[in-house]
Amino acid sequence: MHDMAAPAAHHHAPPTGFIRKHVFSLDHKVIGKQYYALALVAAFTGMVLSWLMRLHLGWPNLAIPGLHWLTKTGAPGDLMTPDFYLQLMTMHGTIMVFFVLTTAPFAAFGNFFLPIQVGAEDMPFPRFNMMSFWVTFVAFVVLIASFFVGDGPTLGGWTQYAPLSAVGSVAGPGEGAGVVLWAASIAIFCIGQLLGALNFITTTLDMRTKGMSLLRLPLSAWGWFITSCMGLTAFAVLLPACILLILDHVAGTSFFVASGLVVNDQLQPHSGGSTLLWQHLFWFFGHPEVYIAIVPGMGIVSHILITNMRRPMLSHKALLYSMWALAFLSYMVYGHHMFVSGMNPFSALAFSFPTLIITIPSTVIVLIWIGSLYGSRLRINSASLFSLGFISMFVSGGVSGFFLAQPSVDIMLHATYFVVGHFHLVMGVAAMFGIFAGTYFWFPKMTGRMMNETWGKIHFWLSFVGAYCIFMPFHYLGIMGNVRRYAQFVDDYLQPVLGVHKFITVAAVVTGAAQVIFICNLIYSRWWGPKASVNPWEATSLEWSIPSPPPFDNFGGKHPVVYHDPYQYGVKGSQGDYIMQDSPEASPTGTSG
Amino acid sequence: MATTVHEPPKIESLPDRNRLGEGSAGGGGPRSPIPAGANLQAVHDHSSPASRTGVWVAIAAISMSFAAFTSALVVRQGGSTDWRHLALPRILYLNTLILLLSSITLEVGRWRFRRWTGGTESQRAGAQRALYATFALGLLFVGGQYMAWLQLKAQGLYLATNPSSSFFYVFTAIHGLHVLGGMAGLLYVIRKLGTSALRRGTLDAASHYWHFMDILWLYLLLVLWMKL
Repeated sequence: MHDMAAPAAHHHAPPTGFIRKHVFSLDHKVIGKQYYALALVAAFTGMVLSWLMRLHLGWPNLAIPGLHWLTKTGAPGDLMTPDFYLQLMTMHGTIMVFFVLTTAPFAAFGNFFLPIQVGAEDMPFPRFNMMSFWVTFVAFVVLIASFFVGDGPTLGGWTQYAPLSAVGSVAGPGEGAGVVLWAASIAIFCIGQLLGALNFITTTLDMRTKGMSLLRLPLSAWGWFITSCMGLTAFAVLLPACILLILDHVAGTSFFVASGLVVNDQLQPHSGGSTLLWQHLFWFFGHPEVYIAIVPGMGIVSHILITNMRRPMLSHKALLYSMWALAFLSYMVYGHHMFVSGMNPFSALAFSFPTLIITIPSTVIVLIWIGSLYGSRLRINSASLFSLGFISMFVSGGVSGFFLAQPSVDIMLHATYFVVGHFHLVMGVAAMFGIFAGTYFWFPKMTGRMMNETWGKIHFWLSFVGAYCIFMPFHYLGIMGNVRRYAQFVDDYLQPVLGVHKFITVAAVVTGAAQVIFICNLIYSRWWGPKASVNPWEATSLEWSIPSPPPFDNFGGKHPVVYHDPYQYGVKGSQGDYIMQDSPEASPTGTSG
Repeated sequence: MATTVHEPPKIESLPDRNRLGEGSAGGGGPRSPIPAGANLQAVHDHSSPASRTGVWVAIAAISMSFAAFTSALVVRQGGSTDWRHLALPRILYLNTLILLLSSITLEVGRWRFRRWTGGTESQRAGAQRALYATFALGLLFVGGQYMAWLQLKAQGLYLATNPSSSFFYVFTAIHGLHVLGGMAGLLYVIRKLGTSALRRGTLDAASHYWHFMDILWLYLLLVLWMKL
């Protein structure tokens, strides 16, 4: 909301020292890269943890050399104990959901590109923005620290159900200090994301440049804006929940522990708390969190596909409103995580309806993607391939959601590998593919160099086939009655599926190893890749109108003026079949304004 | 959100809008950039500066947090047999009056600030005095809340004694922390006013937040007092 005549509205001068430039930077672009690096480290950590779990599931008697380095008591003779398996599982889930799926698609790309796409020189509160990253970093350190404190990290799962999570170390290894560190880490993380959401919302509402009306925002910017609205309300609920959980541990209060509870033959001193209260508070955050992970990916993928299809989506507005509908409905469905929690069956029914309704906007979004792709001459590159992969994973994982949305079916499938397969595909792998797509697409702008396309495509095909090999058999296992969160499957009735577990483990190790290609490509291209031009993909949005990488103040102290809707493709422009948003030339479709 | 959508052609003819926020409310004071005969309605900046939007975003987040706390209280109070309702310390009502009074002094400060723009030095000092008074009352409020804790402690009511005292300590502590945040905002405003660099948007943001702390406290008092 600036005028051309207004003085250049720098909030801060370009920094000169190393610390201000690269460490405690106020520049949204540096902060975005910092978030990306954090997500990369976290993703690698989470992946290694999942390898350890998979190895144990496939070969329960296998000693994993060096495992005892990670734990004091959990791996006698490098053989994993069930407790340690659960600790690894909890850390895998927490790291992946919070520090990868929330930080990379939303905080990393959003920080770097949201201000540029709206035509601003920075976010309105750069200091909060810097705090947002460093607070998140501290949260990650606190979480990892729990490996080295007391008897290791908590084993309660990323959902930390009470009373297990609230009674203290009597409940098992890591349930004392481990839970406190977990809850502290997540509470700190919430503060970081709230600060981030504050910046994202105000950037979108107040920092748009001249001519950038809301409907002229690219879909990626919409994805980040919708996500920040969800994050603001969801993390604001998880934060109090974590505070109450910590108090149950350190101050002896009884928020989540019922009276008369006996754990490991010891009567608990707590009285009268509500165990379901934690589930309500957690899932009120937890379900929107799933959409926090996926909606930025939807925006990113739409943005990339449109650029490579060379034509806009069938309906820009229907896609946009469906994303809003997803965000809105995500608050009304959280009870479907609690169908078997012992809550009133009528409320289960009440939560089942919106859960089925939420498939409508999801389906609308997918149909618009597929309908727009139909008959288009898609430019095949790593970014567009990963975008197609995103859609594939989202659909495959989403279809199993129909089954789980019905309480009667869910009672059978709840807490089996069917659920694990469902959420890994629909939110985990899909969001990861969104991150990869965004990386291949925006890497030239972020670093000024191109990534290697051949290796990008090899990376895609290995990841695509590998992800299906890992997660499709999960559904089969679930229908077989294979429960989740068990450290070993050597019971009689699960003996026959051990072969499937071995196959999944091999697939997981191979697919994980394939990510080394990506890392090498990333590092090599960062320093030695071919130089990127200003607009290598011939895209229309504002980030492609400035040098690669962008200068400190993005637009060189000027405010761009936007004349067009975001996706003017398939038209006769002066540079080709597209017209940039800030190009004053007239558009034949009559949308200039 | 609707207020921030703007049609670019309309703005094109307008004077420098960024400076408008610093000046008077568009009334054509000595520093007003509005040319004679301009359409005042159009010149009024309907888009809010980021600090003003930001404070509403913060208020939304804080409201969500306290909604979560309240629902926890409702569940905990309704579903248990061990709830012994706390008799609120009397001093809370005095604290409430102090906090309400601070809102009034803040409004006095804002009113003086609006009048000062382009005026004399003594008027600015008046605005500053009112803001200092607000800050002092805020400090008094926080001190009063601490007194309430001491009174409860004297009765043997600690954080873990009973769920009702647990919620009392949690609510007052977290509200108190937010009030301290508001006082930091006030100090920032006072400092900016001292160097004549205070923008209307900043003052508005700080005062919206401060009034919200008032309303939030009245709400919390009601929730803690009420027996469900």
